[in-house]
Amino acid sequence: MLEALIAFTFASALVVLLAPNEWAGRLAFALSVVPFAGGLYLWSGFNGSGNALTGGTIAYETQIEWLEVGGRSVSWFVGLDGISLPLLVLTTFLVPLAIVSAWTPIDARQSQFYGLMLFMEANLIGVFTALDFFLWFIFWEAVLVPMYFLIGIWGGPRRKYAAIKFFVYTNAASLLMFIGFMSLVFALGDSVSSFALPEISAALAAGELGSWFGIAPGTLAMGAFLAMFLGFAVKVPIVPFHTWLPDAHVEAPTPVSVLLAGVLLKMGTYALLRFNFTLLPEQASALAVPIAAIAVISVIYGAMLALAQKDLKRIVAYSSVSSMGYVILGLIVFTEYGVGGATFQMVAHGLISGLMFMAVGVIYNATHTRMVGDMAGMADRMPITVGILVAGAFGYMGLPLMAGFAGEFFIFVGSLSAPALPYAPVFTALAMFGIVIVAGYLLSAMQSTLFGPFKLETDYDVGPAPFHDVAPLAVLLVAIIVLGVAPDIFFEMIRDAAVPVVEGVSIDG
Amino acid sequence: MGNVLPPVTALLPVLLLAFTGLALLLVDTVRPDARSNTSSAVAAALGSLVALAATVWLTVTGVGSADAGGAVLLFADAIKVDTMALFFTAIFASVTSLVVVAAHDYFHDHADPAAFYSLVVFAATGMALLAVSNSLAVVFVALEMVSLPSYVLVAFFKKNRGSVEAGMKYFLVGALSSAIFLFGISLVYAATGSLILSDVGDAMGSLDGLVGIAGLGIVMIVGGVAFKTASVPFHFWAPEAYEGAPAPVSAFLSSASKAAGFVVAFRLFTEAFPVGASLAADINWVLAFGVLAAVTMTLGNFAAAVQEEVKRMLAYSSIGHAGYALIGVAALSADGSGNGAVMGAAMAHLLVYGFMNTGAFLFVAMAERWGVGRTFQDYAGLARRAPVASTAMAVFMFSLAGLPPFAGFFSKYFLFMGAIDNGFVWLAALGAVNSVISLYYYSRVVKALFIDDPESSSSLDAVDVRPTALYAAVVFAAVATVLLLPGFGPVIETAEAAASALF
Repeated sequence: MLEALIAFTFASALVVLLAPNEWAGRLAFALSVVPFAGGLYLWSGFNGSGNALTGGTIAYETQIEWLEVGGRSVSWFVGLDGISLPLLVLTTFLVPLAIVSAWTPIDARQSQFYGLMLFMEANLIGVFTALDFFLWFIFWEAVLVPMYFLIGIWGGPRRKYAAIKFFVYTNAASLLMFIGFMSLVFALGDSVSSFALPEISAALAAGELGSWFGIAPGTLAMGAFLAMFLGFAVKVPIVPFHTWLPDAHVEAPTPVSVLLAGVLLKMGTYALLRFNFTLLPEQASALAVPIAAIAVISVIYGAMLALAQKDLKRIVAYSSVSSMGYVILGLIVFTEYGVGGATFQMVAHGLISGLMFMAVGVIYNATHTRMVGDMAGMADRMPITVGILVAGAFGYMGLPLMAGFAGEFFIFVGSLSAPALPYAPVFTALAMFGIVIVAGYLLSAMQSTLFGPFKLETDYDVGPAPFHDVAPLAVLLVAIIVLGVAPDIFFEMIRDAAVPVVEGVSIDG
Repeated sequence: MGNVLPPVTALLPVLLLAFTGLALLLVDTVRPDARSNTSSAVAAALGSLVALAATVWLTVTGVGSADAGGAVLLFADAIKVDTMALFFTAIFASVTSLVVVAAHDYFHDHADPAAFYSLVVFAATGMALLAVSNSLAVVFVALEMVSLPSYVLVAFFKKNRGSVEAGMKYFLVGALSSAIFLFGISLVYAATGSLILSDVGDAMGSLDGLVGIAGLGIVMIVGGVAFKTASVPFHFWAPEAYEGAPAPVSAFLSSASKAAGFVVAFRLFTEAFPVGASLAADINWVLAFGVLAAVTMTLGNFAAAVQEEVKRMLAYSSIGHAGYALIGVAALSADGSGNGAVMGAAMAHLLVYGFMNTGAFLFVAMAERWGVGRTFQDYAGLARRAPVASTAMAVFMFSLAGLPPFAGFFSKYFLFMGAIDNGFVWLAALGAVNSVISLYYYSRVVKALFIDDPESSSSLDAVDVRPTALYAAVVFAAVATVLLLPGFGPVIETAEAAASALF
């Protein structure tokens, strides 16, 4: 099933690459609806339980041996559990919407643009479904290549700098993470016979970690944890590794920003959960206080940076840094609601930040500026777009009955009563303060740009946005509200998969 | 199958290549009017493809493998056909086919292109012979058979100063290193009393007072290997020769000729000078290769990073890759548990490298055919006019850098892991650091092709022809580079089995 999904998406990418520019966008949209339908079908028949890495039932599992490296086999091993399925659905849901939002702004080399978008989607599906380390790593790295081109070719004025910075930062981080993980595998020695993550997880849990090149197991596990944490921290991104993100976002075209914020950042948090917190819970809880501190710093510092920005896109970009801080906090507290809420927040933030970037993009299409001071009273000219943007912003601030509220609420519930994290209430209270700042900058930015008498510094005629610009916004808003009203459609399965992760810690202490 | 066909069947690929070369030469000499660029290219391509098919057939039927009675020995043990020989012959034949197909378009307006095809096929014959040689004398003769046509090929544009100068430099360094290599062989013969590799290997255990002579001979042989593989300290001919030579010739030399150097190294330093006996006799060539590998990969990568011309960058990058492949001999250890793995990984890397590096040079050949210029800036915006070829070039660049979605990732990974398993963490670490550096200059090409704007609106007007055969060769190499990722299993298994049989 999953192979068919990935293969179809790859094939779609090839077809679109060869299609003529005039209708590449429409063709790409039509083809990208199929993976979404596939995602919904997988959801409807989902029968997994527990966590894929800790012996739970894996849905849609396929394992075919690929080759053998030094006594360990690499296999095509894919499957879904309660953590990966929501992210898979999120990916297949956001890509068609992002493709539609590209119809207006992308006016050159369309077939290449949409082909690369679909190529990236195929690899993203691979990242969220692969359960063999090698396979996962290939997909993980393969996401970077289309992203590099998407920013570098269709980006803004400083696109070359932003693309190279993104590529170098994330590749260097990947290498560090790769070395960290491989040292774990080598230290496990003969106790693992493959790179399958469930097997490695079981061996680590059974305490099979030996010494390697004279490094004691404890030191090695801690070193591997830090290497992987730093590697993923760049991707998430966590302060102080976040500097590539605003550059990449500001230069990237809107649809690419949507996927960058909506899905690519989740690769980092997903990998942190899968690798660091599931495989090495002991090391994670030993570092609970510093990691929670970094999470809270990300929340506050990201929000403060957003407060200081004048570019609407930069505001949303920095607020992503802030939101990802909540996810890290939820993960490190190691409670059912914390880890589950963090996973839920990944999906919720994917939808909300996607909506925000898209709405800012629609305004930019009409005004050709994103600067707060350059415009005012946009609500008069683009009432529907602005209405949805305001709704999305309230979602960001955590308005109840929207997805963002559910995610943050779960995280705070989980983190207030976290036995694994000392001073948990202090961290939680500080993180909650972040919401106040979020409300501050979003409200002030909206007030000066959207309301009041109409004013525009650039010389463009602004009217209501075309239907195909607004439709994806509306669809996203509906999804955000649905997920806010009925979080259980995802949260049930997420919690089911999160509980074994939490138990990984409570066993030792 | 040995009971049906005579053992000499195992030499079929070499004979096919030799026959093709002779036939091309015969037509070129006897009926000069009958020769045409197209017919010569087709004949050369067919000959090398049939040789490739024969090689694959022999490998699949297990000729020379341990299961089918071990290596086939011919001509008083002077020739030995085993899986490693066939593996390398497959590399040579693949690269030769790609190069001759591409050359058809590259030499479309050359006065006498037929000579090119016979020279390339003769060089390929020499390489295939090198892969099966089991005697130091045959090694030397085969090496000269590779070198002599190569000198002529580099200087093939005899009216072009750069081409002739490059050929001259290549010839001078080559002649010197041949002399050194031959002197080394004579010293080894003096110390061991035999030219047959396995007898030399046996004699290495009882050198008595001749350790110094044998050691000096081995050092000189290392020098000859370094020349052929374009490694430090005999690397300095490579950038000149690759830059001055016609691009298909650069592709041929940097892929096939380099692999030929490695087959000599792998064969000599497993059978003639086994690790254990050499170390016991205090001849530590492992350390020598370790230092050479480290210096070669570092120098190649740093020099490549500062180039402004794509072809010269590729030349230095091929020196860097020689450094990686040298790990296959540098990371051997006396106890030998992981020797087959690391040498097999180096062989697999050379196979993948054969496709991605040939493809990259053939893209340069295409750029030269268009006449767009040589520097990174000259390549700016090419993807707009030639998206397919540019995509193929991006595949080659990312694969050479070792990025995961391509075959170059696996071959480098296996190589470095083999080195770590054998206790050479420092070599693997250095290789990994160098790979990261290499991403910088490889991605410059991709950036120029796809992201940079053309210098002027008319600078892409040169891209007005679609050289079909060149396109076909480049696209085929790219497809092979991609497909070798999922298909890496059989390649690495064959290579490891072939290498393990030598220890």
